Amino acid sequence: MKEPIKICELSVGDCAAVYHLQNAGTMRRRLQDLGLIENTVVECIGKSPGGGLGAYLIRGAVIAVRDEDGNHILVTPLEKDG
Amino acid sequence: MGLTKGSVGKNAVDTGLEIRRRSPDDRVVALAGNPNVGKSTVFNALTGMNQHTGNWPGKTVTNAQGYCKTNQHGYVLVDIPGTYSLFAHSAEEEVARNFICFGDADAVIVVCDASCIERNLNLVLQIMESGARVVVCVNLMDEAKRKKISVDLTLLSQRLGVPVVGTVAKKKRTLKELVAALDQTIDTPQRREPMHIPYPDAVERALALPEAVLERGNLGRLESRWLSLRLLDCDKALTRELSTYLGTEFLRDEELCKAVDEAWEVLAENGIDSEALKDLLAEAAVCHAEKLCRGAVVYGTPTQYSALDRRLDKILTGKVTAYPVMLLLLVLIFWLTVTVSNIPSGWLSDVGFWMLERLSEGLYAIGAPPWLEGVLVDGVLRVLVWVVSVMLPPMAIFFPLFTLLEDAGYLPRVAYNLDRPFHRCNACGKQALTMCMGFGCNAAGIVGCRIIDSPRERLLAILTNSFVPCNGRFPALIAVLTMFFIGFSGGFIGSVTAALLLTAIILFGILATFAVTKLLSVTLLRGEASSFTLELPSYRRPQVGKVLVRSIFDRTLFVLGRSVAVAAPAGLVIWLLANVTVGDMTLLSHTAAFLDPFARLMGLDGVILLAFILGFPANEIVIPIMLMAYLSNGTLTDLSSLAATKDILVANGWTWATAVCVLIFFLFHWPCSTTLLTVKKETGSLKWTALAALIPTLLGIVLCILFTAIVKIIAF
Repeated sequence: MKEPIKICELSVGDCAAVYHLQNAGTMRRRLQDLGLIENTVVECIGKSPGGGLGAYLIRGAVIAVRDEDGNHILVTPLEKDG
Repeated sequence: MGLTKGSVGKNAVDTGLEIRRRSPDDRVVALAGNPNVGKSTVFNALTGMNQHTGNWPGKTVTNAQGYCKTNQHGYVLVDIPGTYSLFAHSAEEEVARNFICFGDADAVIVVCDASCIERNLNLVLQIMESGARVVVCVNLMDEAKRKKISVDLTLLSQRLGVPVVGTVAKKKRTLKELVAALDQTIDTPQRREPMHIPYPDAVERALALPEAVLERGNLGRLESRWLSLRLLDCDKALTRELSTYLGTEFLRDEELCKAVDEAWEVLAENGIDSEALKDLLAEAAVCHAEKLCRGAVVYGTPTQYSALDRRLDKILTGKVTAYPVMLLLLVLIFWLTVTVSNIPSGWLSDVGFWMLERLSEGLYAIGAPPWLEGVLVDGVLRVLVWVVSVMLPPMAIFFPLFTLLEDAGYLPRVAYNLDRPFHRCNACGKQALTMCMGFGCNAAGIVGCRIIDSPRERLLAILTNSFVPCNGRFPALIAVLTMFFIGFSGGFIGSVTAALLLTAIILFGILATFAVTKLLSVTLLRGEASSFTLELPSYRRPQVGKVLVRSIFDRTLFVLGRSVAVAAPAGLVIWLLANVTVGDMTLLSHTAAFLDPFARLMGLDGVILLAFILGFPANEIVIPIMLMAYLSNGTLTDLSSLAATKDILVANGWTWATAVCVLIFFLFHWPCSTTLLTVKKETGSLKWTALAALIPTLLGIVLCILFTAIVKIIAF
């Protein structure tokens, strides 16, 4: 098992399982509404061209989150299969 | 499908929701769902209406209602804004939540996206838990099929205990089953066993305490279990709604309060505080949705984001390509607008002026008084023909092009690409979306600002929205550009130059948006950028034919109607001003002379400024009013082409510098009356409304004066 990292540290194409949500308040609830809870598998789909924003595949939908919020989402990277 | 006449102009103003039944037997059905699942398409298909639909989350910002008749019942359908959950986090979601929970709808159709049904079920479960009768509509089945996702509707229906119907809302016949399921649900007398989301033991034990007390009271259609949870959850806004719905006495009941306290003791013993409870509730719903989907939803590919979407994203949001592509698309749209609109423009102008001549001859033949011909033909109708032939074609072409981009799902990508600069201005990336909407209609853009959760960031977006020229200002910009900077030779080079210049003007407007947003965010609207999530929907193939027909038709009627309504009285005013003489000058000369000194400072003249003032109700008539005013003084009356129009302008002292100032002032002046009304409605404050008018006006005046001064200095 790899060490948890911040979600915004994932490279495009990387998959990871959510380890812990450190976000507080409304953002925390919003992420939970989107189905982002512990052990949810996410994939990094892209980084915005201007930087500062990452797009992640969460339960079938692509959600963009600013890095300063992504800093608080800890994930465990998953081995790429095959 | 794109902005329609129902979503722009004064119709964009939300007038609140009052259910209008056609007969007392009509049932009320709410249409709920996550953002961007095709809810409005379902709504339109069921009601035959044309509610604005677009491929971006949060597009429905107001409650809309429509009527749907089936064999059994008449339904008032209410399209409520999309929401991810019933735990409301923004004003918009609160509206949705309140209507679902307390709106006394007879049933709720929850529309889901077949491609991410698991997340959508989260909302379905929450709504069912509240005690509403639910019909689940799994929409976008075609898209899921393309993504090789198979959904076992029967199994889902069994597990949920409510009807689950698969639809492709674009194809009306697939909705038959939905309507049948709705009829059946309404006709089933007894309520189904409400859905129980299983919670951890400690929570179950705690919630049972208030529930036992609640079961004895009259809860309307609310579920005691759900209500018990909400009391523990103690959401302030919700408690307020509850006391309106159930009465303040109900919630102050001693026994109930005691039970709630006891429940909290149970939770505390298990180390659960208020925040932890919220976490547990949210996680339980997500996990339950996941469990329900296991085996019922099968993914044929290892990933749910299609290869095509990925390839498109690589180009449209890639590091190197994103900005050039965005710029190219803008230029392309403008080029198409300029090029294509020349064709109907010439044709409309020929026909229009031919008809006017016949009318003049006719009036002369029947011996009508000369003033009648003056008002009717020279004033109102001539201007009307000008509006129709010069202003209408670019509008009717730009609009559907823009709508196609919107339907395809490009706009959220623009927000994604532009978030960095907005972030730097301490604003929300979604402001890019509202800015894009502003291209269509500023009033619609301002209503759209509701998608921004933070009130501060929403105000920033509202106040700067008019910096992007709306559809009503585009043709004027194109006309001035063509007359003074491109010439009439036409051809490929001419149209490309026009498109490039227009793009430059738009970029200037966007630059001003950033500058003013930044300025406001360090002065009047100080604050840090707040968190937000932005959903990037799958690209969809836009319904090209439908979009073209609908928006050309809608646009044509809308612009014609507005021009007639505004140009006619304006024509009358101008005619009166030009013909009523006070002292040795006409009123027009007086007014223009009064405005002239200040206007000259700005590089304009009194007539131009007057036209802008009279054009307050609708920007598309500003140039026609100028022409009307010039014509009423002079002898030149040929308006039949842009070249002739230019002659009139030049005869009245226009130079290229005047044209530049007019362009600047078109980009930055007070928003039209409808837009300001919308700002008032959305902010509820005269102060912000005044600022929304003052900021662009001041900017325009300053820029015009600066430009004029520089030109003068260089000329000397």
